[in-house]
Amino acid sequence: MLELSTLTNVALLTGFFEWFLTDAYGTVMDLLAEVSGVRVFGYPYMQRAYLAVVCIGIVGPLVGTFLVHRELSMIGDTLAHTAFAGVAVGLFVNSAFSLSVNPLATALVVAVVTALLVELLVEYTEAHSDTSLAIVLTGGFAVGSVLITATDGGISVGIDAYLFGSLATVSKSSVGLLLAITLLVTALVAATYRPLLYVTFDETAARAASIDVARYNRLMVVLTAVVVVSAMQIMGVILVAAMLVVPVAAAARTARTFKQSLLLAVLAAEFAGIVGVTISYHYGVAAGGSIVLAAIGVYAMTLAGGVVSDVRKRVVPNGRRGDRSERVVEADGGDERET
Amino acid sequence: MRAVSATDDHDDRNASDPVVSVENVTFGYGGQPVLQDVSLEVESGAFLGVVGPNGSGKSTLLELVLGLRRPDSGEVRLFGESSASFDDGERVGYVAQNVAGAVRSMPVTVKEAVRMGRYPHRLVGRFTESDRRAVADALDRVDIADLADRRVGRLSGGQRQRVFIARALAAEADLLALDEPTVGVDAESREAFYDLLADLNSDGLTVILVEHDIGVVTARASEIACLNRELYYHGDPETFADAGALAEAYGTNQRILHHDH
Repeated sequence: MLELSTLTNVALLTGFFEWFLTDAYGTVMDLLAEVSGVRVFGYPYMQRAYLAVVCIGIVGPLVGTFLVHRELSMIGDTLAHTAFAGVAVGLFVNSAFSLSVNPLATALVVAVVTALLVELLVEYTEAHSDTSLAIVLTGGFAVGSVLITATDGGISVGIDAYLFGSLATVSKSSVGLLLAITLLVTALVAATYRPLLYVTFDETAARAASIDVARYNRLMVVLTAVVVVSAMQIMGVILVAAMLVVPVAAAARTARTFKQSLLLAVLAAEFAGIVGVTISYHYGVAAGGSIVLAAIGVYAMTLAGGVVSDVRKRVVPNGRRGDRSERVVEADGGDERET
Repeated sequence: MRAVSATDDHDDRNASDPVVSVENVTFGYGGQPVLQDVSLEVESGAFLGVVGPNGSGKSTLLELVLGLRRPDSGEVRLFGESSASFDDGERVGYVAQNVAGAVRSMPVTVKEAVRMGRYPHRLVGRFTESDRRAVADALDRVDIADLADRRVGRLSGGQRQRVFIARALAAEADLLALDEPTVGVDAESREAFYDLLADLNSDGLTVILVEHDIGVVTARASEIACLNRELYYHGDPETFADAGALAEAYGTNQRILHHDH
C-alpha cells in the first residue's frame, strides 16, 4: 500500500520523477527520435506510453512466470475482472456521493482483497479449482456491469477505456505510479526469488524443507493483483492477463535455465509492448490488442522455431549442438505411467 | 523439548532421540479413517521400507512424518521435535512420485534444482563456497554432474529422481523420505536407483521409502513397516515373510507380489 508519509517526501519524489521524465528520459527519447527519424519517440505523451509499456513488460512476466509454471494463468485474468468491479465501485461512489476517489485505488483494494480471499480458499480446501476461479471472474465482472448501469448511464462514459485500455489516459502521475510499482515489484521478486522458485517448482518439497509456502503464495497473488491493476489502464481489463502469460509461454519454450526464462520473457514482453504501441499509434487501433497480438506473434515464432529444429533434427540426426533452440530430443523421457 | 532453532548446529538435539517417532497416530480425510493408532520409531541410520496395498495410508504416513499434515490424534516427532513446529528444513529431503506437473514443463536445469537444496540454509544472500561445494558434491555423488545444464523436464524418469536425491544431499539432509519414487522408471534404472539408496544409507543417511513393490523393499531395507490403515508389522525383513502380516494386511485373496499397474 502507498503510505503518504510526509508532504515533503512526496514533493521530493515528484520533483525527482519530473526531472527524470522530462530531462533524463525525455531528452534521451528526443535524441532517439532525431537520430532514428521516428517522430513518435519525440512526442511527450507517446514517451509516457513507451515508458509505461516498458514497465508493464518488466512486471508482467516477472510475476507471470511464477503463475504460469504453477498452472495458475487464470488467476491474473480473474483478478483483472474483479479489479473491473473495483473500478466500478470507485466510479459509483464518486457519482453517488460526489467524491473524487481515483477508481484505480478502489480497483487495487478490491483486487488485493479478492486475491487474498482466493488464496485463503485454496489453503483451506487445498485445491485451485478452475470452477471457483471462473465464478469469481464472472462474478467480479457482473458486479462491475451492474454498478455501472445502476447510475442511469452516467458513469458508463469512459468505461471503454478501462475495458480495452487506452494510451490517451496515461498521465504523468499514472506513469509515475507505474514506475514506482515496477521498482517495488522487482525488488520484492528479487528478494524472494529463491523461495518463490522452490515453491513453484516443487511445492511439497518446499514445505518439507520448512519454507512457509502459504506466505509466498499470498505474496504472489497480491503482487499479481498489483501488477494487473497497474497495467490495466493501457492493456484493458480483458487483455491485461496476456502480459503475464504469453511472453512467459514463449520464453519457456526457448530458455535453458529458469533465470534465462525470466529474462527472455521480459525481453519478449518489451518487444511486444514497443511494437504494439507503435502500431497502435500509426494505425489508430487499440494499444492493448496490438501489444497482445505482437506477443502472440513472438510465441508463434518460438513454436515455428521449435518445429523447424525438430525437423532438422530428424533430417540430420547428429545436428550441430549449440543450436539456438533447445528443443532437441535429449532424453527419451522414459515410459512413464501413472498409477 | 525444542532444539535451539536459531543455530544451524545439528548436534544440539538429544542424540538418543529417534529420527522419527510416531505415537498412537490417527488420521482421516473428512471422517474417512486412513490411519488408526499407528506407532513406530525410526532410529538414526535405519532404512525403513513402508509397504501396503493401494490406499493403505503409506503416503499419508509419510506426509504426517514430514509435517505436511497434522494427525487427528497422537503425536509425530522429527528429530525429537514436534513435526508440526519442526523448522530445520535442510535436515529433511523429500522425493515425490515421478509425476509432478511443473517439474516437467518448467525451464529449470539440474543444477538449479539441486541448488534448491541449499535454499533452507540460504533463503537470501550470495551462495558461499561451501554452498557451491555441497551442490557440486551432490551432483557427483549421484552421478549426474554431466547433466548439470540440462532441463530437469527433459530427463528420463530415472535421471530425474536422481536429481531430487542430489537436492537432498546438497541440503546435507539427515533423513531422506521417498514416496514411490520409481513409479514409471524403467527396470534397469530402478535397480541402479535402489542400489544408490542402499549406498547412501550405508554412509549413514536415514531413509524412509514408501514402496508398493515389496520385493525391492525386502531386498534393501533394514526394517519393514507393513501398513493397511493399522500397522500390521514393523521389524526385520527376514522375519517379515514368516510373520503372516502380509497376507493379513493385504487380505488373503490378493495377488500381493504383483505390481498393480
